Amino acid sequence: MNGSLALIGEALVALLILLGSFFMLVGSFGLLRLPTLMQRLHAPTKATTLGVGGILIASMLYFLFTTGRLSIHELLITLFLFLTAPVSAYMLAKAHLHRSRAEPTLPNTGRPAGWATFDPQAEAADPEEGLRPQGTSSHARQP
Amino acid sequence: MLARLFPHPLLSLVIVAVWVLLANGPAASSLAMGLLLGLVLPLLTRPFWPERPRVRAPLTVIEYGLIVLFDICVANLQVAYLILFRRPESLRSRFVVVPLDTRVPEAIVTLAGTITMTPGTVSCDVSADGRALLVHALDVDDPDRLVATIKGRYERRLVEIFG
Repeated sequence: MNGSLALIGEALVALLILLGSFFMLVGSFGLLRLPTLMQRLHAPTKATTLGVGGILIASMLYFLFTTGRLSIHELLITLFLFLTAPVSAYMLAKAHLHRSRAEPTLPNTGRPAGWATFDPQAEAADPEEGLRPQGTSSHARQP
Repeated sequence: MLARLFPHPLLSLVIVAVWVLLANGPAASSLAMGLLLGLVLPLLTRPFWPERPRVRAPLTVIEYGLIVLFDICVANLQVAYLILFRRPESLRSRFVVVPLDTRVPEAIVTLAGTITMTPGTVSCDVSADGRALLVHALDVDDPDRLVATIKGRYERRLVEIFG
């Protein structure tokens, strides 16, 4: 690789790492700054995805420039991050709803049933059953 | 015969792809190991997957992925702006109820995950009968418009994909 291209590549990688670090910092700062738990949940679930994304793209570019091979580990990290971030946010929110006994403050579901966290019927019945289309039980299509 | 061997062809394909990506390159050995795992894992975990999720519109999956990626970038900028430049007391945070049209579990899970990853919203709970999502919004002035956006932008396409 010749000199000027290497310089441009390095500058690009550095820029992406800086951009990523900035969004990570903003995410952490949000944790510190926002007053309630539900609001704090927003900062790490979002601001950090672009932060991690920027650093991962920088890593891909770096290995492309130095070894000439496309590194694809980073795509997997992105995929797993997108799968796990919403689940952990959901678990935190649910734990918070339980701990703060927030049921009276929540808006109505607009349905006869309550929210799954508080509705005792949801625990008595098969939790999958409520989500299946009517008339097909979860085992109906088994051979 | 083939259906008995591969109860979930899509799952097998994903496992092979993930394994090859983990090995960081399509070498013959990693491909063979991936194929073996793609064959064995769906068979072993079959009791956990009684039904096969159907993907009806593969092209919509790509469109949906691109839209979500774009929205994630916008979400990051928006949330960063709210954190840095707005006084926390002035944020109009509230819970919003999103009524669901779809009854397919895979579509609801994908929608809940998408809501968490995109502009200023986190999905917190589902109603006990699976017909409504509880969503917390960081800063919202018109809840009805937010619900309309979620339904029109994401749920409509998920209904196309999962039926």
